[in-house]
Amino acid sequence: MFTGEEVVNLSRLQFGLTAMYHFLFVPLTLGLSFIIAIMESVYVMTHKEVYKDMAKFWGKLFGINFAMGVTTGLTLEFQFGTNWAYYSHYVGDIFGAILASEGLMAFFLESTLVGLFFFGWNRLTKVQHLSVTWLMAFGTNLSALWILIANGWMQYPVGAEFNYETLRMELTSFADVFFNPVAQVKFVHTVAAGYVTGSMFVLGISAWYMRKRRDLGFARRSFAVATSFGLASVLSVIVLGDESGYSAGETQKVKLAAVEAEWETHEAPAGFTVIGFPDQEAEKTHFAVKIPYVLGLIATRSVDEEVKGLTELRTENIDKIRNGMIAYRELEKMRGGDQSPETRALFEEHKNNLGHALLLKRYIDDVSQADEAMIRQAAKDSLPRVAPLFWTFRVMVACGFLMLFIFAASFYYCATRRAGQQVWLLRMATWSIPLPWIASEMGWFVAENGRQPWTISGVLPTFLSASEISPSDVYMSLIGFAVFYTALLVVELFLMFKFIRLGPSSLHTGKYHFESAETPATAH
Amino acid sequence: MFDYETLRVIWWLFMGVLICGFILSGGFDLGVGILLPFFGRDDMQRRVMLNTIGPTWEGNQVWLVTLGGAMFAVWPLVYATLFSGLYLAMILVLFTLFLRPPAFDYRGKLESPKWRSTWDWVLFTGSAVPTLLLGVLVGNLIRGVPFHLNHELRSFYDGSFFDLLNPFSLLCGVLAVLLLMLHGAIYLQWRTEGELYFRARAFVSKFGVIILGALTLLAIWVLLSMEVYRLPNDALFNAASNPLAKTVEKQSGGWLAHFFLHPWMLFAPIMAYAGLWTAYLLAREHTCRAAFISSCLGLTGVLFTVGFGMFPFLLISSTDPGSSLTIWDASASHLTLSITFWITVVFLPIVLMYTRWAYKVMWGPVTEKMISQDKHGWY
Repeated sequence: MFTGEEVVNLSRLQFGLTAMYHFLFVPLTLGLSFIIAIMESVYVMTHKEVYKDMAKFWGKLFGINFAMGVTTGLTLEFQFGTNWAYYSHYVGDIFGAILASEGLMAFFLESTLVGLFFFGWNRLTKVQHLSVTWLMAFGTNLSALWILIANGWMQYPVGAEFNYETLRMELTSFADVFFNPVAQVKFVHTVAAGYVTGSMFVLGISAWYMRKRRDLGFARRSFAVATSFGLASVLSVIVLGDESGYSAGETQKVKLAAVEAEWETHEAPAGFTVIGFPDQEAEKTHFAVKIPYVLGLIATRSVDEEVKGLTELRTENIDKIRNGMIAYRELEKMRGGDQSPETRALFEEHKNNLGHALLLKRYIDDVSQADEAMIRQAAKDSLPRVAPLFWTFRVMVACGFLMLFIFAASFYYCATRRAGQQVWLLRMATWSIPLPWIASEMGWFVAENGRQPWTISGVLPTFLSASEISPSDVYMSLIGFAVFYTALLVVELFLMFKFIRLGPSSLHTGKYHFESAETPATAH
Repeated sequence: MFDYETLRVIWWLFMGVLICGFILSGGFDLGVGILLPFFGRDDMQRRVMLNTIGPTWEGNQVWLVTLGGAMFAVWPLVYATLFSGLYLAMILVLFTLFLRPPAFDYRGKLESPKWRSTWDWVLFTGSAVPTLLLGVLVGNLIRGVPFHLNHELRSFYDGSFFDLLNPFSLLCGVLAVLLLMLHGAIYLQWRTEGELYFRARAFVSKFGVIILGALTLLAIWVLLSMEVYRLPNDALFNAASNPLAKTVEKQSGGWLAHFFLHPWMLFAPIMAYAGLWTAYLLAREHTCRAAFISSCLGLTGVLFTVGFGMFPFLLISSTDPGSSLTIWDASASHLTLSITFWITVVFLPIVLMYTRWAYKVMWGPVTEKMISQDKHGWY
């Protein structure tokens, strides 16, 4: 038996909401911390005060954002236990170990040093403070590494196996978990996306100051740093796209096929569907516009490997489900006291497909007794909904290329010493500030929704992962999160806008726009 | 390197260290947060109070976050059962805890007195409510929690939110608030001068005896009447973690009998008393540093008293004692325990090193003068 569908759906909604809220703040933290570290490095090397002011001002905005990152991050550390208790029991041996490492290696570092970053300016030497800033940036990125190792393991669970005595997954190799190729690709893609976010933020705001002809020296230098860091980052995000990780493991392949609405397996190299209307029932994409060869190149980095289509992947899953049913049957025998080596051997042979048999739990408690119709239905369940993935992926990519254009154009004008003269570009940069956030949220949607129906790909179905709690409890918490988070977000945005409008004048150095004699101070 | 049994004990100890890490450091942050609206008579005094903990509170809170992660890793079933079973209480802890980061950071961003005093009360709530609830949680851990596991090791909570609010646990909650207020006041006394210093000292003098009285009341309650569970003598310490394979016996005579069976464990309650008394006396004598250290020892004693009293149990089921979780049957695999052991042995000292450095850099009395000299820099 499994938890009521309602609790599962509400818990998914809550997890999605809280995780996406969290990721409004994380990418800016990742990117801005490095940008600030770069600015401060220039200050320490050139002794120009303006770079110190830059580090301090962008640091102020970083702080407003960081507080919300901590707030929303707390939830994620505990939400597995509150809402996903069976998941926590089933994979805590691996997943928990990664989170514990994250706390010990990364959270302590960033959180301890963030205090020194803000309050240590007058108590540390220049070089000491610079080291603090770099270590803080390093710490934020290290926490991204660990959490993406955790997430990568959910997508491609290597280095672990099922233990029939403890009824859970247990670690077999920490190195495999750490060097999981999916996790490594995800890490690079995600932190680079964070750097793009930080850069777009600084670029867009600096462009606004330049358009208003305020604090030009400050704004131009910030613009230049953001341009170069942003161009390098946006190129890495696009070139080292996440798709290269989609070749490893079944779920990743399913995700790739779903993102491309690739229903049938085509001969290599597959064409890339630029646009079209995926139809889940007919298993077809209507009005598809395709570019030949490109998908094969992106997905397999070769011209002769084929990209598997969804219908073929589903057929493969039928075999996996059947094998899993054998594993389940033998597992029940062993738990009933059967200690014969044959039972054990048969179980060991098929245990890697046990997860697929668990998909049947939706229809029958003793899954080894499932009939043909149930197996077909479970195989159908093993594919995610295609249309939402197809569209969100394309929105993400479109945002990415738009930002590439903005950074490339800004870089060109910076390099030819004409930055700031193109009002259209300045305006475009400012209005494009939301783009990296849209792209990040879409990217996470693709990654997580594309993993459905699994929490741990091929190991544990989502509908079995939730806690045994009542729907009314989850309604309460869900509404609470929505209300609290939104209220805090409103306050955060209010402060952000206030300090952005104020600009470096908020540092009270007496050198900036609102502080000079000819413009009367309108804010403090 | 270590066998499974040894690692299970070591990790029990490490978890104790993490808990102490949070209660000792995050504890005075919470205490100061609770005292803030009462001790700080004007904005400047409140800023002084905030800035005694401002640069370091974030690192201190990570003890709690790491504790969550470590519990997930080391005792997955405890993490799963406790957090899902006590769902609404845990969500309430979260909702109030996550008021703290914006309260610290946003309060000083605007000058408006209304804005600031609102955040002061937000911070008070974010400090008092989690402390109270964590105390209530400890009370329930001591009493046992109504839950059972099914044959798939899925955990079911058999009570309601209001079952948690029994008189004993509520008293534990109130005591937790009082203890951390004491701890916070001693810390404030150490880091401030003048009016705030004397206000903190007056609080310790006045409430110290009351707090120790409440602690005594609770101790008597636990020692004489709290039920103790024990494992049969043939329990397996090296077996795979599966809590369904055991029987549990009830032992009469309360915790007192339990402690007399293992007399060395008595050092914990003795340390609790001695530490807190000494802290109280030293704070009155103006020896703040020593008072703070004593308070730390006292709190450590309190925590280890609870730990020893329950050992080897982690989560006692009051409705189905056989489902209770112990360090022998609810731990992670041998490999995970040993890898996380080595990670802790290497990284915890590094953490302590840079934490110590951060404190050293920011050390010294926090004064009104210091804040007015850089009034846009400090919280």
